[in-house]
Amino acid sequence: MDPLLEVRNLKVQFNTLEGVVHAVNGVSFQLEKGKTMGIVGESGCGKSVTMLSVMRLIKEPPGRVTEGEVLFQEKDLLKLPKSSMHEIRGAKIAMIFQDPMTSLNPVLTIGHQISEALVVHSGIGKEEAYKKTLELLEMVGIPQANERYKDYPHQFSGGMRQRVMIAMGLSCKPDILIADEPTTALDVTIQAQIVELTKKLQAQFGMAVIWITHDLGVAAEIADRMIVMYAGYVVEEADIFQIYENTRHPYTLSLLKSLPRVDRKKHNRLANIQGSPPDCIQMPPGCPFLPRCGFGVEQCAEDNPDLTTEPDGHKVACWVDVTTGRFR
Amino acid sequence: MGRYIIRRLLQAIPLLLIISIVIFLLLQSSGDPLATMGGRRTVRPEDRARLARQLGLDKPVYKQYIYWLAGNDWLKIDFDGDGIPETTGTRKGVLRGDFGTSLVSRGKSALSLIGERLPNTLILMIPAEIIMLIFALSIGIYSALRQYTWVDQVVTTGSFIGYSMPIFFIALASMYLFAVNFRKWGLPYLPTVGMFDPKVGKTFGQVVLHMVLPIFSMSVVSVSAYSRYVRSQMLEVNNQDYIRTAHAKGLTDRQVLIGHALKNAAIPIVTLVGIEIPFLLGGAVVTETIFGWPGMGRLFIDHLTRSDTPVVMGILMLISVAVVVCQLITDIVYAWLDPRIRYS
Amino acid sequence: MAIPNPENPPAAIARIEKTQLTFIQLVWLRFKRHKMAVAGIISLILLVLFAILGTAFTTEAYSNITDTSIRLMPPSHEHPFGTDTVGRDILSRTIYGGQISLMIGLIAMAVEVVVGVLIGAIAGYYGGIIDSLLMRFTEAMFNIPQIPLLLVLGKLLADKVPPLNLFGREFSGSVIVIMVVIGLTSWMGLARIVRANFLSLKEREFVTAAHCIGTRNGPIIFGHILPNTMAPIIVSATLGVANAIISEAYVSFLGVGVRPPTATWGNMLNGAYQYIESAPWLWIFPGILIVLTVLSINFIGDGLRDALDPHSLVESK
Repeated sequence: MDPLLEVRNLKVQFNTLEGVVHAVNGVSFQLEKGKTMGIVGESGCGKSVTMLSVMRLIKEPPGRVTEGEVLFQEKDLLKLPKSSMHEIRGAKIAMIFQDPMTSLNPVLTIGHQISEALVVHSGIGKEEAYKKTLELLEMVGIPQANERYKDYPHQFSGGMRQRVMIAMGLSCKPDILIADEPTTALDVTIQAQIVELTKKLQAQFGMAVIWITHDLGVAAEIADRMIVMYAGYVVEEADIFQIYENTRHPYTLSLLKSLPRVDRKKHNRLANIQGSPPDCIQMPPGCPFLPRCGFGVEQCAEDNPDLTTEPDGHKVACWVDVTTGRFR
Repeated sequence: MGRYIIRRLLQAIPLLLIISIVIFLLLQSSGDPLATMGGRRTVRPEDRARLARQLGLDKPVYKQYIYWLAGNDWLKIDFDGDGIPETTGTRKGVLRGDFGTSLVSRGKSALSLIGERLPNTLILMIPAEIIMLIFALSIGIYSALRQYTWVDQVVTTGSFIGYSMPIFFIALASMYLFAVNFRKWGLPYLPTVGMFDPKVGKTFGQVVLHMVLPIFSMSVVSVSAYSRYVRSQMLEVNNQDYIRTAHAKGLTDRQVLIGHALKNAAIPIVTLVGIEIPFLLGGAVVTETIFGWPGMGRLFIDHLTRSDTPVVMGILMLISVAVVVCQLITDIVYAWLDPRIRYS
Repeated sequence: MAIPNPENPPAAIARIEKTQLTFIQLVWLRFKRHKMAVAGIISLILLVLFAILGTAFTTEAYSNITDTSIRLMPPSHEHPFGTDTVGRDILSRTIYGGQISLMIGLIAMAVEVVVGVLIGAIAGYYGGIIDSLLMRFTEAMFNIPQIPLLLVLGKLLADKVPPLNLFGREFSGSVIVIMVVIGLTSWMGLARIVRANFLSLKEREFVTAAHCIGTRNGPIIFGHILPNTMAPIIVSATLGVANAIISEAYVSFLGVGVRPPTATWGNMLNGAYQYIESAPWLWIFPGILIVLTVLSINFIGDGLRDALDPHSLVESK
């Protein structure tokens, strides 16, 4: 079956005062209809930029998409004229963001902000949009919808605001919902609620979801398939169980190892990954993870490994087989 | 919201009081008004003393302040120097609109002098403000939307130069160019002095013609300054997350600008404009002087140099009151526009 | 499965080391990118040199010689900038006037900064009643329009101070008065900014930590919090110099600022508008000097503002 969304070799860079930042370096993946893809990585690894580029929301100076294709419904989104993107954004592909306080317009009522997309895309009248908005508000679990319609974002709590964002994203029943770290700014219990809500709505609407996070626990909850990114590259991609049980990339391994676990002995030190993320302006040749990797061999310093697909569909970009510690 | 308004009103009153005290103390220690009243003849000591009693200058400072503020027609003052108060005072005090009598223009009350000149200043300032707003908003918004293009660069640099220029330089230069040199070169030229040509009379056309150069000079500086501010506000708003969300919803650039961006950018801009308006009354001193415009600014400097304390205090007080009132109105409008304040 | 040992990475590693720049170096680098700001520095230096080195070619006495027989003469070989209404050489007056104007700018700025920072810091740090009182006062001062206030103070006080002697020059006392008066009428904006910064900074952990180890209020204010709010102060100070120069020019132009015979660029323009047709050199030269100085300072201030506040590190190419 044809994938719903296919990203091929996407490269994005930014011109800054200190040089050119290579934010995304040849990212490729496919998203199947109705499935959930998790994108995991540290801050600054390029996960948000990748999805913003898919939506063509990157500001052209200073950002630039230098290469790649984004295929959606047989069209390359990167080559569409700007006016066509207006019809896709919100209606076919929707995106919700990390901080619902700053992502909602403080001087407009939330009801207006939700119904806006409806009016713009479906061409329905204000009356009908109002009714639909009330339905949406109830669907995402906001009680007394008709009163809260007229409220402003600052009158809601963090979790409620994120529900408003979800309602806004889903208002036009898009094919894909991209969620950029929607629970990072919320506390754990609310986090769980939002994840549950998303799963429920996904089952109801049948849309595909891309969930960006740096929290492996949340990713495990919601994703069917997962991508791990580092320094703008995809370093591993696999079904969710494969990632956790049959980890193939040293970085993913380190991430998993650094998760605090309830069952570990108390006096063990928490593991972390030594070193810091690379400088994306001056990337040395070779694998970007090498300075922090425990498995490095000489080949790693010279060539950056490509993402290769194993027979079981598991993709990894590494010269070394982490199960044996030897060169592949 | 109502409570907010009442609170601001209550805050304004002590503010005005403090301002009036500051102004009063400042000017009471000013030059000797008696010196200007004598004319050519030397003033006899008795006359001097009588004048002092008449003006209330023999009383301690705080009493003088009270008389200035609330008048002295509710008590008797000692007019003939025998130590017994017997004549009722004639002043009603600032609170009832009496700023005293001018020491320079004999017999005229300060308020009437101000009243003569105030309309002239308004005639000049109100069109100037409107023109300035229109230009500043359009240039600022346009420039912000076209950030990084050459248009933006030109506007940014141009406005920078414009607002660094002192008004009198632009006034003089524009006078030199458009009036003096245009006339020399046989081009239709603009008048430079006064509000109208006395030979033609105070017609609408004359006044408008005479307004061109002063408004132009003031506009160069204000448009430059304001458009920079508008531009920076628009840029700041455009970089906000909620604008990104609006785009992500599929709204066109125009819909984002009008429905989302402007509403947010308007708030600080309205605030700034509201605060600036009353300063127009005072800041025009230089412009009015150079162009000989018979407004409040010129009244101020003319009477200041001649130590006419009542008139000077009157103008200062009036402007300060205007400032406080405008600020109050601006705060209220601001609270009304920004729901975060309205509902907290 | 071999587990990577983060404490002991293998030998074949290329470590990328980025040289750490000091704060000052970073600021200078960012500043240099503003070509206009750099141009501003260059032109400001030239102007200052003009005002200082010019004294090698002429004396102050010369700039004050009046000779009504040569009054209002256009620029010539003898008098490159022409002569004024009483026959004084304009070029030398702009040189000495420049010294005064620049000095007024600097010292007025110093007054403004000291008063503004003190009031803002104390109000922001101590809060409560002190804050309310100080802010009421600041607001009251703010609401009185600056130029009229300046004019009044200038008129009142300019005559009261006797002339003094500094660096071998004699100044009319009005110079001191104007400096102080301009400073005392322009500190309000800075006080507000400093207060706002202090209000937020005093809640930070490093202040709490300082309290915990027993540091007294004074050192906390000046040693801990103040250094963190230097950026807006520096920018304010820079722009304050430009503002002071313009304010002095306005006030002297109207005749209530610096009194003769001391020349400033501002009071050289006094009355020049009556001769606008016949003697444009009266106002063109001092006027252009003022504009150039203020422009340079404003460019520098703008460059500093961007260099000190790394909000936008992004440039279009």
